[in-house]
Amino acid sequence: MTLPAISVRSLVKRFGTATVLQDIDLDVPEGKVSCLIGPSGSGKSTLLRCLAFLEEASEGMITVNGEALGFFENAKGERERLPAGQIRAVRAQIGMVFQQFNLWPHMTALGNVSEALKTVHKVPKAEAEERAMVQLAKVGLANRAGHYPSQLSGGQQQRVAIARALALSPKIMLFDEPTSALDPELTGEVLNVMRELAAEGMTMVVVSHEIGFAATVGHQISFLDQGRLLFTGAPSEIFAKPRHPRLEQFLDTYLDRGASMLA
Amino acid sequence: MIFDPNVILKHLPEIISGTGVTLALWIAGMLLGILIGFIVATLRRYGGRAVDLPLGFVVEVLRGTPFLIQIFLVYYGGPFVGLSLDPVPCGLLGLSVYAAAYYSEIFRAGYASVPHGHVEAGECLGLSRLQIIRRILLPEMALIVLPPSVNLAVILLKESAVLSIITVPELTTTVSAIGSQEYAFLEAIFLLAVIYWVIVEAAARLGRLAETRLSTFRFAAS
Ligand SMILES: Nc1ncnc2c1ncn2[C@@H]1O[C@H](COP(=O)(O)OP(=O)(O)OP(=O)(O)O)[C@@H](O)[C@H]1O
Ligand SMILES: [Mg+2]
Repeated sequence: MTLPAISVRSLVKRFGTATVLQDIDLDVPEGKVSCLIGPSGSGKSTLLRCLAFLEEASEGMITVNGEALGFFENAKGERERLPAGQIRAVRAQIGMVFQQFNLWPHMTALGNVSEALKTVHKVPKAEAEERAMVQLAKVGLANRAGHYPSQLSGGQQQRVAIARALALSPKIMLFDEPTSALDPELTGEVLNVMRELAAEGMTMVVVSHEIGFAATVGHQISFLDQGRLLFTGAPSEIFAKPRHPRLEQFLDTYLDRGASMLA
Repeated sequence: MIFDPNVILKHLPEIISGTGVTLALWIAGMLLGILIGFIVATLRRYGGRAVDLPLGFVVEVLRGTPFLIQIFLVYYGGPFVGLSLDPVPCGLLGLSVYAAAYYSEIFRAGYASVPHGHVEAGECLGLSRLQIIRRILLPEMALIVLPPSVNLAVILLKESAVLSIITVPELTTTVSAIGSQEYAFLEAIFLLAVIYWVIVEAAARLGRLAETRLSTFRFAAS
């Protein structure tokens, strides 16, 4: 048993007085696809954003490949914030893909993908663009390198966003509903890129309403409900009957989204 | 009264010099105003409430009082707090600070116009705060801030005429003096209107040109 890629212990997240995540324990196995499912407002995005350190957990600990993310427990057992440089180093292992793509509209696809190589990693322009082209080719968009986001379809934009994250060679990729903003006929091309990535052994955490994707590509599925992780397991365990009533209810709602295969 | 163009020709060197002072003060005040305004907006965005609230208060006061009164206060009130300035530096200071208050609001709206997700994408990729400002926020807000900035530039030029009351040797001061000296008030007022209007028109055209260039260059086909 290798070290989990991400391990979450007793994580709590509050926004003001509202507790959005409660006592989350989760291990994300390396080289596997972990899916987070759950009803709207259950805290899936918030949990994923905590893993990306876009939100700071109110309590608890997150470690990435054994290194503390953001906070560590000092000798006295108190939670202490790590120095900025260390936080940046741990975050560098993580790539994030957003529901709304979040491409920079004033840069071409190539510009978006090569930007961080150039500005953060100081890679010379020519080399950065060469490496960016490799990633664009990987998501099947080498011929769109010079296009601005506004000239690309939603599916293409999301694939550029995936290439942008991959360009920094992250060890872990986080996806927050990567296909929810897309027209149904465009979800396939994005899911295919993700399938290929999974086949290459990328560690992935995917928040998705695509239950079909979760069931077929996911190695581990976690069901989140009202800020609590009700259970985590292999797809066969999660979807086996009898199911937890909350999951049953959730699956009923999403049956038309491809969960019918599990009925 | 008969309009006499010879008055203008006779005093051409002074008129040119007055126009020069107005242009110099206007451009310097504008650039300083943009710089200070940008810094203020950035401090307000990242500095937390302890920075945002007091700066916001100062901006509101500056925007809520007439420029004429502000200039009077600095010029005549300044010496009481150890700030004795000659008319030109006093005028430049006043104009810059007044401009900064308005530019800071323009940049604040510019910052707010950029979707937060674009910033988060940069954070996830390891861009520093300064890199995010320089590479993402500023270019993305450029098209949003340009039209109100040109608008403000035009207002500043016209407000700069107020500096004549503290005897800054700018266009209005110069031409009014010529008017009194030659008993040619109408000619003077008319000439002033024409010169200001020509500069305003040139500035507006330049602004429109920049806008077109920026929009075709930045967001092809959007
Ligand atoms: N910045 C915030 N401030 C306050 N409350 C928030 C904030 N972000 C999220 N919440 C609240 O936290 C809860 C969980 O939100 P979250 O976005 O994580 O849910 P989700 O499971 O991703 O839902 P969806 O499926 O609709 O995307 C919601 O009740 C939401 O209103
Ligand atoms: Mg969500």
